[in-house]
Amino acid sequence: MILIVESLPILLKGTLVTIQLTLAGLALGLVIAIPVSFFQVYGARVPRLVCSIYEKTFRSIPLLVLLMLIFYGLAEVGVRLDPFVACVLGLGLRSSAYQSQIFRGAILSVGKGQTVAALSIGMTRFQTFRYIVFPQALRFSIAPWTNELTVVLKDSSMAYALGVVELLRQGSYIIARTYEPMVIFLLCAAIYLALTLFANRILAFVEKKLRIAGFETREVVH
Amino acid sequence: MNQEPVLMVVDLRKKYGATEILKGVSLELKKGETKVIIGPSGTGKSTLLLCINRLVEPDSGKVFLEGEEITSKNAHRMRQKIGFVFQDFNLFNHLTALDNVRIGLIKVQKLPKDEATQIALEQLRKVGLADKAHLYPSQLSGGQKQRVAIARALAMRPKLILFDEPTSALDPELIGEVLSVMIDLAKSGMTMLVVTHELGFARSVADEIVFMENGVIVEQGPPSEIFTNPKVERTRQFLRRLTELYGEERR
Repeated sequence: MILIVESLPILLKGTLVTIQLTLAGLALGLVIAIPVSFFQVYGARVPRLVCSIYEKTFRSIPLLVLLMLIFYGLAEVGVRLDPFVACVLGLGLRSSAYQSQIFRGAILSVGKGQTVAALSIGMTRFQTFRYIVFPQALRFSIAPWTNELTVVLKDSSMAYALGVVELLRQGSYIIARTYEPMVIFLLCAAIYLALTLFANRILAFVEKKLRIAGFETREVVH
Repeated sequence: MNQEPVLMVVDLRKKYGATEILKGVSLELKKGETKVIIGPSGTGKSTLLLCINRLVEPDSGKVFLEGEEITSKNAHRMRQKIGFVFQDFNLFNHLTALDNVRIGLIKVQKLPKDEATQIALEQLRKVGLADKAHLYPSQLSGGQKQRVAIARALAMRPKLILFDEPTSALDPELIGEVLSVMIDLAKSGMTMLVVTHELGFARSVADEIVFMENGVIVEQGPPSEIFTNPKVERTRQFLRRLTELYGEERR
């Protein structure tokens, strides 16, 4: 019990880094994913192809390999990155590939009639996207995006491999001193669980706030 | 009086792949005129409407609105002057009836919100839906959705409204409410081009009936002539079939 009480502050310090990694990775992913998905749906042939190759590449490389490449690989050619930055980059690049597919699917699930109707009242292509397609696509994407958030949150633990002192590494430091792997790792797991549940709660709330009467974005009501 | 037509379509042609959908269609609409296009499905009636305001790019031919040619360059400006009512309504799902009607006024015509709201409410009242202004499309019946769609088109104060089978997706008992709005509209002097199978509507308000088949206009003329004494045998056949299917007097 004392062990738990003493470890908790240290673990929470690591948790803070985990949260930073997750948020920064997701944000980077989001910033890249929006134009990628946009070009995949609306782009001309060449940008569409480029985005498609980008997306397939980063969806196919294991995150750990990507992190090694960014941190050790780039160092060899002279680009030395801070481990934290390298991790954000790795998490962000991979997440952008997945997020782009979330947004692409969401944009495509907004019926074509919506676009045609918007154009018919004289909206430009941009206005149509901004006022008609995007607000609807956003609602379609919240549920899958929540899932992506939890994936990035859990995969931020791979930052361990680059020596970023996040939750898992803080845990292993404690274990090195106390030889209590079961308790400490369980504690780490519990923190990941709590974070995931919390994130789900927040996004479920957002989803409910944005809900429109009768316009169901989920097939089954939970 | 030599009045310039509101809409002039000159030799419009469109191919999808190898299939020629429009094989040179020309027609004119004078101000306040209601023209009804009838014809079997798949003969290019919808494509014709879509090509008129460049929602589909025609291969060749010209379209003039009040003397100004509609091109792919000015399409988005010209579309503001042409209302379009779709078969399956295409209301914006994430907006209330009121917002559906006023979004074009606010975002496209850049009217202040108060003014846009006033116009929108007025249009909703005209189609008998002022009390449904705050409902979302999914909370409305098909007939109500189509009336909102008509209000949305009207709010932009168009010179011309194109109707693409506006009652074909409706349950029979909901057709009447939409048709009566359209009849009022025609009588109020709106210029309308209507693709429909509703012969009762055509008979009571159309100034002219256009019979289209296989991408060309087979015959056109006033309803009295087309309905009682069509010149072309094919028109006669088609009308007989339609009358059998839908009943002549139903409205």
